[in-house]
Amino acid sequence: MSDKNIKVRGIVTLVIIAAALFFLIPSITQKIPSVWSNHTEKIHLGLDLQGGMHLVLEVETEKAVESAMERISNELKDTLMEKRVRFKHLDREGGAVTTLELPNKEASTRFEKILKNDFPNLDIKSSEITEGKEKVYLKIKDKQIASIEKFALEQSLETIRNRVDEFGVSEPEIIPQGKKRILIQLPGIKDPQRAINLIGKTALLEFKLLDESHSLEDALRGNVPAGDAVAYGYKVESETGRRTKIPYLLKKKTLLTGESLEDARVSISNRFGEAYVSLKFDSQGARDFDRITAANVKKHLAIVLDGVVHSAPVIQERISGGNAQITGSFTTDEAHDLAIVLRAGALPAPVRILEQRTVGPSLGQDSINKGILSIIVGSILVILFMVLYYSLSGIVADIALFLNIVLILGTLAAFKATLTLPGIAGIVLTIGMAVDANVLIFERIREELRLGKSPRAAIGGGYSKALLTIVDANVTTLIAALVLFQFGTGAIKGFAVTLSIGIICSMFTAIFVTRIIYDYFIWDKNIKRVSI
Amino acid sequence: MEIIKPGINIDIVGRMKIAFVVSLSVIIISILSLLLHGGPNLGIDFAGGTLVQIKFSQETNADRIRDSLKTINLGNSVIQRFGYHDNNEFLIKTEKSSSALKGLSNRIEEALNSSYNKGDFEIRRVEVVGPKVGKDLREKGMLAMLYAVIGILIYVTWRFELRYAVGAVIALIHDVVITVGIFSLLGKEFTLPIIAALLTIIGYSLNDTIVVYDRIRENIKGIRKQSLKDIVNSSINQVLSRTVLTSVTTLLVVLALFIFGGAVIHDFAFALLVGILVGTYSSIFIASPTVLVWESISPSKEKRKK
Repeated sequence: MSDKNIKVRGIVTLVIIAAALFFLIPSITQKIPSVWSNHTEKIHLGLDLQGGMHLVLEVETEKAVESAMERISNELKDTLMEKRVRFKHLDREGGAVTTLELPNKEASTRFEKILKNDFPNLDIKSSEITEGKEKVYLKIKDKQIASIEKFALEQSLETIRNRVDEFGVSEPEIIPQGKKRILIQLPGIKDPQRAINLIGKTALLEFKLLDESHSLEDALRGNVPAGDAVAYGYKVESETGRRTKIPYLLKKKTLLTGESLEDARVSISNRFGEAYVSLKFDSQGARDFDRITAANVKKHLAIVLDGVVHSAPVIQERISGGNAQITGSFTTDEAHDLAIVLRAGALPAPVRILEQRTVGPSLGQDSINKGILSIIVGSILVILFMVLYYSLSGIVADIALFLNIVLILGTLAAFKATLTLPGIAGIVLTIGMAVDANVLIFERIREELRLGKSPRAAIGGGYSKALLTIVDANVTTLIAALVLFQFGTGAIKGFAVTLSIGIICSMFTAIFVTRIIYDYFIWDKNIKRVSI
Repeated sequence: MEIIKPGINIDIVGRMKIAFVVSLSVIIISILSLLLHGGPNLGIDFAGGTLVQIKFSQETNADRIRDSLKTINLGNSVIQRFGYHDNNEFLIKTEKSSSALKGLSNRIEEALNSSYNKGDFEIRRVEVVGPKVGKDLREKGMLAMLYAVIGILIYVTWRFELRYAVGAVIALIHDVVITVGIFSLLGKEFTLPIIAALLTIIGYSLNDTIVVYDRIRENIKGIRKQSLKDIVNSSINQVLSRTVLTSVTTLLVVLALFIFGGAVIHDFAFALLVGILVGTYSSIFIASPTVLVWESISPSKEKRKK
């Protein structure tokens, strides 16, 4: 190989190292010109290193299907009554199935016609005829169910994004996982419970009338009048902090929901200094509210949030202008968060937390410190060992090792990959394994020298014979790392990433870079002995 | 410096039977331990459950923590020291992960406030994994191992021959089973990072094995007079120095990780430590001798001179 070739390879190496440093330095120091730092990013730290919360939610999309069925059944009931089709027992049979009974053939025929024309999304699941009466089981069409579920997930994502944005988290990550799950990563969250409450609340706001014509005691004993339901509210004594449960007898019919809201804000009452949420309806909502209040003066209107009665004030007079308030015993934070969820809108279906991992910032910092310590100690041990074992050649391997670490970190920064604690472990492991390539080459060179070859020939032979072995050995580790990347969640993925990057970089530094150093001494300096 | 002298010629293949007996006994012990313990000791990642890590600023003990948590019903829970003694860190683990435990960290905080001063402890980590996710991760973990093994089998078959691939896969199953068995014997928990460690061990063990195979292949091309058995034996000897050296450097860094890496990745580093030792052993004593055994069962088609 000629002298010129060494120069070309040297320049290639220098360019690659310079590029790695260009991306890496902003993560190490802030004393660089802003022109530079504006175009690069710091190494992104995983939640386990910077602290934060990792959440996996499951959207109960089947609940969205159920409420769609509920709505369609009501429409069906209205339509059948309007068209004077005789039917009995129109009931929802749990889940997304509705049943009804048709007394005779004529009713059956007319029902089927209505179903076909007006309810294209319903299918007859099965029907049975006993003594001339037909019992029909209805279900929503599969295609429609799929689209309801898809919409529920999209809507939930959108709503949760809005809530998190308003809550103020820097760089949140909210992404769908499969058909029902949502992955949420919130770095630097200080009060995880509050964030969970905010994200997980369905926030279905409903206005319902209290049933004052029937006895609440009777209902509590089990005689709930048709069209009514018992709901509960809580009263908190400000002095003792004791919560008492208060039952209410409500009419099932929802008069107005949170969908009609235009805005929701926290306010503090002048008299008691208590926080409450003031609501503003949109124009349609304001008209409805006006109509409802006008028709029900002196009656109690319950404000129900996710099935819990917050208050049930008496409508003193007709309320125009579209403003209302939710009072209750809120702390300011609670009122603030309630306003956020009401503004962002209700979730189309309840969500369930499947997985939650929270790491405090102090533990994250601890892990960073310990990880760096491990890298330093591990590197020093390996560096010393290599020098001890291979003398000057050991130094060549050590230079490659150092460059390898620079390249790994530079690549991490350049590709905006996330560094996690297992990721740091991956770097540590790579340090131990990266010198393997050099060990393979050096052992070969030693063998060649023992055969009495000249340094030039021994080095050439050592490199060429070890090359394939190194590639083969590394590809298998790479296969394992790639599988791990596919399987990985969060922190584990970080390990697969650093391990893969480490393997690839180490092949470059341990084979390509060290060869340049040898060639330089052999060809340019013309040395006659290899220190190995 | 040289640890393994050049020209070394240990009769490794001749000690094949001893190695097989040793390995087989360790594997049987591992499997027995797994059977007796009803499978591996699954951490919350795979079994589902709740884990809370708390750091106290002063010396305390598990009993005192248990006492102060009596007021909130934690169900079936374990309280144990985490990391070094003077760290004063504890883990609270419960089996439940249902909504009944919603806001668990807040409730633990409140309960601890009654017997510790407010600034004396810090909740540093909370992990809640639902049973469904646990099951998912369990399946995904097993599949990942399977895919890794299949991928490696294909690669080694392509680069070498099937008989080598069989030896390599037997060696790495050997490594994984023994590592899992040692974890079971020591009562250590299986978590996500441990799966990562096992996959790394698979990669590492193979790395070593392939270096030997490469040398065997090279020697088969060169020396045609020797029997396969002799070629295998001298090949193992020729790369022995490298095998030992790489194990040393890798062990050095994993040891650094084990000692200085902190409690969170302690078990991960431990798994690697075990795996690298076992992996080095298996690439010398198991992987290549297995090729010989396979060869005697079904000889390769290319008729080689004996």
